[in-house]
Amino acid sequence: MHRRHFLQMLSGAAAMPLTGSVHGEPATLRIGLTPVFLDDQLDFLKQLNAYFARRSGRPVSFIQRGSYREINELILGGKLDFAWICGYPYVSHRRDMRLLAVPVYHGKPLYQSYLIVPKSDSDTRYFTDLRGKIYAYSDPDSNSGFLYPQYSLLRAGENPTTFFSRTFFTWAHRKVVVAVGVGLAQGGSVDGYVYDTLALVHPELTAATRVAHRSPLFGHTPFVARHDIPERDFRSMQGILVSMRDDQEGAQLLRSLNLDGFTPGDDHLYDSIAAMARTLAESRR
Amino acid sequence: MRFNRLDDLSLRYKIPLRVIALVLVTAFCVTASMVFREYDESRRDLVAHAAGLGRVLADTLTAPMVHDDLWRAYEVVRTPQLHNNSDFETLSVASVVVLDTGFRTFVSTQPIRYPLGLNPAHKETDFAYMQHALATGEATAQRLIEPPASDHLYVVTPIIAEGVLLGHLALGYSRQVFAPRLRNLIARSALVTLLVLTVLLPLSTWWARRLADPLVALAAAMDQVAERLPDPTAVPIPSTGDEIGHLAQAFRGMLVGLHEKAQLEQHMLVAERLAAVGRLSAGIAHEINNPLGGMLNALNTLRRHGAPDALTEKTLSLLERGLTQVRNTVAALLVEAKVENHPLTSQDIEDIHILVMAAAQKKTADFVWRNRLDAPLPLPSTLVRQVLLNLLLNAVQAIDASGRVECDTHVENQRLVILVENDGKHIPADHLPYLFEPFATERSEGSGLGLWVTYQIVQQLQGSVEVDSQPGLTRFVIELPLPESA
Repeated sequence: MHRRHFLQMLSGAAAMPLTGSVHGEPATLRIGLTPVFLDDQLDFLKQLNAYFARRSGRPVSFIQRGSYREINELILGGKLDFAWICGYPYVSHRRDMRLLAVPVYHGKPLYQSYLIVPKSDSDTRYFTDLRGKIYAYSDPDSNSGFLYPQYSLLRAGENPTTFFSRTFFTWAHRKVVVAVGVGLAQGGSVDGYVYDTLALVHPELTAATRVAHRSPLFGHTPFVARHDIPERDFRSMQGILVSMRDDQEGAQLLRSLNLDGFTPGDDHLYDSIAAMARTLAESRR
Repeated sequence: MRFNRLDDLSLRYKIPLRVIALVLVTAFCVTASMVFREYDESRRDLVAHAAGLGRVLADTLTAPMVHDDLWRAYEVVRTPQLHNNSDFETLSVASVVVLDTGFRTFVSTQPIRYPLGLNPAHKETDFAYMQHALATGEATAQRLIEPPASDHLYVVTPIIAEGVLLGHLALGYSRQVFAPRLRNLIARSALVTLLVLTVLLPLSTWWARRLADPLVALAAAMDQVAERLPDPTAVPIPSTGDEIGHLAQAFRGMLVGLHEKAQLEQHMLVAERLAAVGRLSAGIAHEINNPLGGMLNALNTLRRHGAPDALTEKTLSLLERGLTQVRNTVAALLVEAKVENHPLTSQDIEDIHILVMAAAQKKTADFVWRNRLDAPLPLPSTLVRQVLLNLLLNAVQAIDASGRVECDTHVENQRLVILVENDGKHIPADHLPYLFEPFATERSEGSGLGLWVTYQIVQQLQGSVEVDSQPGLTRFVIELPLPESA
């Protein structure tokens, strides 16, 4: 109680700064990024970083890794303050992280998973049409790029581990588009939001593919905070994200992200993903 | 002029054309050799580059192959093509195919063309050839494989992990990739050739003109020879000592010879005609003289013994005068070198001076007289005096008032040379050939026999007459040989 009072006094002194360190230099904000968006546009990342740094008054460090799992482990281990991850790892570790904000896409905090096939394939309508083919997943910890197709096959009465002759992970949604586009795989699962954004930025990549099936709507890929994040830091970062659409620079960055903005979000958004994850886990037992 | 063949072209065009042909042939040969060298070098570069690239890719591929990581393997084989750029087009990889130990496609840059898990040799002869080649050679060595009748070549690198052969990496290159570089080379060489030609063409044209112009002028001059002899001095002669210079010199020499020959022919023609006229008139004179002598004798006899009356006497006188005139005329035509009286002395010549002086003074002529004879000459004095008199009277007659007449007589090379010249009206060139014919004169006065007689006398004395007449100077030169026996 005494401590909280002290913190409130501090927060009253400054408008709403994130306070990592009381003494000397403010501590760096460590934010983990995953390919739930087009995270390979370094120039954009630099602008985003500068924006966060300016808004928070603290240096910002973006951390990127080769797979979702590595970012998950970093935030679970307290090595990251915030991370933009997928709904699947979030529902798996709900108790060890806090939901910070959810992207708003086409007016809603929702997105879909797409089943894509090469442009030349005009027949495929669903996963079951691809029996014995080579299939590309994005990441084993991705909802849209792994959980949903696996779950769908299960629901169709198929064994997802043997249904395709061969499967591989590309570790990024964008690369699934490439793999399917060149014909390395005859089908693949991607984040619908990433796919649609890629169609705007690199139409030549998506042009080689066709969306064969769209999933029901799921809770969009969440921004999370480590479970022991200081409340002020949590509120501050949430405020920055939610109010991004209100200033010119933030709105510009949102346009680049192809998002409408961020909303604090609701945990129940991810219930459908959690249900699918349970079903898949049970099937593996 | 018509040109039936290239050989008939003027040198003016032939030389530049040959220069162009030579330049083109040279450029073609040089370019061809450069193209071959470039192709060879490009191919060597490509193979060296491919070998290095193959080793790097093969090393990088070992982990994905061991882990059966298709995507990672694809990303590895795709890297060379990601960095293909037009500057190094020849080094760009057309296809990368990774084959496992069973020669099945593990991954490739063209997954649709080379389906995963299938043997590409079944569909493509290049790979059938490659499979055969790999089966026969050492499996762990890097190989350059060039399937016959294929437009691709392959550098095949074994993929080895910890000494275990995992498969092969085949880098395929199109031979066509050399084409842009070679085309570029040919284009550059064509440009250089064009530049050289633009410099050489005016140069060779100038050179050809220099070479051809004297020849063309000579040819034109030669063409004229048949119609009319060109003046030898008008023939252009290049100062060069080469064949063209020699040719022109020889041609000029030939023209001079032809001119002399033509003059000689002309002289002979005139001489022959004069000889014919001489024989004719001599014959006629003889035929006339005999009856004429008889008629005059008869008239004399009649006058002396016939006691003619006054009318008859008058008629007889008339006849006698007429016949005498006929005899004089005939006698003038019939020039005869009678056995001569006395040799020619200097005094004989001086007499003529005195005789002509009167006429010359009448015209207030500048009469230059040079008599250089000292000893008597064994020539008939009467005939020589007649010749000299005729020529001098003609000369005095020809001059205008206060004109100049010059006479020179001297002995030279056993010949008496008589030179008479004046600055009066000259004799037209077309009149010269008939000058010595009887009654050929254009003048109103005189008998028209003066030069005829002169010519006959000179002929009989076996001498020669030369006339040279131009405006302002008419010169007669007579040479009479001195008899040996004197």
